[in-house]
Amino acid sequence: MAYHNPDGVMIGLEIHVQLNKLNTKMFCGCSTKYHNDEPNSHVCPVCLGLPGSLPVINEKAVEAAMKIGLALNCEIVPQTQFHRKNYYYPDLPKGFQTTQYDFPIASEGKVFIEGEDGEHVIGITRAHMEEDPGRLLHIGSIDKSKGTMIDYNRSGMALIEIVSEPDMRSPKEARRFLDKLRNIIEYLDVCDTTLEGAMRFDANVSIGGGSRAEVKNISSHKGAERALLFEIVRQKNLLRRGGTVVQETRHFDEARGVTISLRTKEQEHDYRYFPEPDLVPMRVADRTAKVAETLPELPDAKRERFTKEYGMADMHAKALTSEIRTADFYEEVAAKIDAKICTPWVADVLKGELNYRDLTVESFKVDDMVEIIEMVTQDKITEKSAVDVIRAILDSGGSATDIVKEKGLIKVEDDVVSTAVLEVIKENEAAVTDYLGGKEQSLNFLVGQVMKKTRGRADAVQAREMVLASLNK
Amino acid sequence: MSKAKWMGISKVRESIATSSSEEVTASYLDTILKSRINGYVTINEGAIARAQDIDKNKDGKGHDGVLAGVPIAIKDNISTKGIQTTCSSKILQGYVPPYNAHVIERLLDAGAVILGKTNMDEFAMGTSTESSHYGTTLNPWDHEKVPGGSSGGSAAVVAAGEAPISLGSDTGGSVRCPAAFCGVVGLKPTYGGISRYGLISYANSLEQIGPIATNVSDIATIMDVIGGYDPRDSTSIKQEITYQDSLVDDVTGLKIGVSDEYFAEGIDEGVEKSVWAAIQKFEDMGATWEKISMPHTKYALASYYIIAMSEASSNLARFDGTRHGLREEGENWHVMASRTRAKGFGEEVKRRILLGTYALSAGYHDKYYLKALKVRTLVKQDFDKALSNVDVLMAPTMPTPAFKIGEKIEDPLALYLTDVNTVPINLAGVPSISMPCGLVDGLPVGLQIIGNHFDESTIMRAAYSFEQNTDHLAKRPAGVE
Repeated sequence: MAYHNPDGVMIGLEIHVQLNKLNTKMFCGCSTKYHNDEPNSHVCPVCLGLPGSLPVINEKAVEAAMKIGLALNCEIVPQTQFHRKNYYYPDLPKGFQTTQYDFPIASEGKVFIEGEDGEHVIGITRAHMEEDPGRLLHIGSIDKSKGTMIDYNRSGMALIEIVSEPDMRSPKEARRFLDKLRNIIEYLDVCDTTLEGAMRFDANVSIGGGSRAEVKNISSHKGAERALLFEIVRQKNLLRRGGTVVQETRHFDEARGVTISLRTKEQEHDYRYFPEPDLVPMRVADRTAKVAETLPELPDAKRERFTKEYGMADMHAKALTSEIRTADFYEEVAAKIDAKICTPWVADVLKGELNYRDLTVESFKVDDMVEIIEMVTQDKITEKSAVDVIRAILDSGGSATDIVKEKGLIKVEDDVVSTAVLEVIKENEAAVTDYLGGKEQSLNFLVGQVMKKTRGRADAVQAREMVLASLNK
Repeated sequence: MSKAKWMGISKVRESIATSSSEEVTASYLDTILKSRINGYVTINEGAIARAQDIDKNKDGKGHDGVLAGVPIAIKDNISTKGIQTTCSSKILQGYVPPYNAHVIERLLDAGAVILGKTNMDEFAMGTSTESSHYGTTLNPWDHEKVPGGSSGGSAAVVAAGEAPISLGSDTGGSVRCPAAFCGVVGLKPTYGGISRYGLISYANSLEQIGPIATNVSDIATIMDVIGGYDPRDSTSIKQEITYQDSLVDDVTGLKIGVSDEYFAEGIDEGVEKSVWAAIQKFEDMGATWEKISMPHTKYALASYYIIAMSEASSNLARFDGTRHGLREEGENWHVMASRTRAKGFGEEVKRRILLGTYALSAGYHDKYYLKALKVRTLVKQDFDKALSNVDVLMAPTMPTPAFKIGEKIEDPLALYLTDVNTVPINLAGVPSISMPCGLVDGLPVGLQIIGNHFDESTIMRAAYSFEQNTDHLAKRPAGVE
């Protein structure tokens, strides 16, 4: 069914991806591994913008940018160039940001997402390279702060800014787009998205073809959805009251879940872009093909292969490929166990338990998964016990073998169950009479008693059949 | 050694061999302390200790270097680790760089001893050294005259015998102009010939560090030390030139181009005569000359100033009181930064920041900045065309000899106009050397020899031949031997 977008919502996103998996920053040799270190301990004349210092392009960052561009189905520009974006701010040591302007490394791409009404295409306007500013640390809250400290460790980190077309029609689609983008970035292995500030977002929102508001300072996917919901409601209410939406920049206050006006169009900066004279234009055309060869299999391709190679439903393929770690985990398990059997165990059971606990697949060992599934297929433990083992590992650690032993989960032999059945029938005459008299629920009671006697190790379905067989003799 | 004198590198080295670098350095420091020309902003307090280290060969490589123990003066916009570097601006007062510029590393490796940092127009913006926060430098030939700029200190201290050699920087003539006004030799190398790493930017796409000396051979010696590729400057180019090899006294068959556009209205008659006499001399020495046309020369000055100011407006944004130099307190960061800049920058710097900001602003960007870039391309084409027919171009470095202190400082446009013959060379990025070719009313005249990209050897050969066959470099300011 086609989605009609009743409010004419148009959302475009700008995503900053920090290339924190590179060894060095965008224009100098400083290490990118500053996250646990003292402020201002990863700095040099270049990223401090000291007088006389000059930038040198990190070739690995260019390669990563090309990878991202290619993965987003973009055109890679034959010759790229850096520009200066001039504005004053204490976290910007040079008084300008070295970024790209009219020759971004990549442009005109597209990304496929699960939209409101099936597959939906989000256009990618451009992806360009730039440097991260430093970070301001306020003493106390921002409005009452007595002072501000500056940490330049982040200054000069390589960023890729990805700009989308306003192709998203709801906050949900925006969230899906961000999820997809994160997924692709993780596949490319250029950014550890779990680190602070690894991905940051700005959103452009308009409704009914009106002026757009730009919402800044969104730092999570959940935050993006909330900020957009708030902004759409704000604009709708404004129109309902007869007002008009003005073009402006708004700040998302994550704690309060609201957006606040920062400045209107008239107050926008004039960034006075001009070509960075310290960096010469760089030809990349002859490198594009080589970089393309290094691209890994991307989520969409992997999803398709999973359905074909492992004969799984698309729903399962989607769940398994939405994170590279999960996909890799699955393939390691599937290398040892029949894919048809292990697919639901990984895609449904394990993923469900992980999501419930907000954990990633890294909390689970491939060997444990293999062992648990094998125990089920070899009829050593019940499916219910298998789920219990998975939960126990996630909640308190330990290996599958140990947990099965500790909890005494090994399935009991048939004769133990049949002895239990006979005992239960002998001990519960009233229930037997009731059942024979037509009271169906009494059967459940009797099966329950068998399970109790075998302390749950009996297979419930099997126990039921055996009780029935005895009663009908 | 009490009297100020001109000593080339070889003389200085002889002197060191018979005494020591410490003694030679001390003698220069003595001359500097007695000086009235205000050539230095900062004296290197570690100079004597450094000279002693070289004497004792403590740094292990000192005595092997071609500049072992040789004192040198450095323009105050080149970063020197541990020595205050102010660009002659109040805003950088007290700023001590934690690192050395590439050229300083090279000089120290070759054993040089830094005497101090020389006075300049604030942030290299000027033609007379009058915009320095630390007062103007006096021309050693006539203390009432400007030394030229912006590397006025670097040229004046060499001319006054307060340093045997120095480094300047040339964005629109800032090495050649003061070399001409002070009667010494100054080279602006091809853009990309020397790493700018550590040179505090005024206009990145135009400027180069350049040496100043009392003879052509010393220029070659310094260039062999500081020239060449540096991976830290993306605009430096891999190009191997051995300057020493170009010191050949032979200009037979050299084709000289002379353009009327460089003898335009307002040129001093004496300057014109001296330069033509020099060209005549080259003809006598076996060269030939012909008139060539450089039709876009008249637009170069406007193009230069727009590009230079635009780049400067961005380059100087980092001086906000946050990290180094002057800080004026304010109730918030923006107020602090504004007050710091209001107090720290001089008038000429503010003028150029404002004009550059204007030229880059939305609505004016295409009209000024982009137009200036297009003109720059046309000027470049003039040079490409001319230098495909001739080997070198010759012209007056400056249209007049040194003017009076205070004469033009209140009239910025008149001051800008004096750069008319030097800025086209920076727009084109070609190399040019200025050397004395006569005196007018007791003031030196500079001859400019311009060559093709990375063809420094040809202009060096011409300059060396001229030096060997004339006695212009034998003339010195009064009181200097």
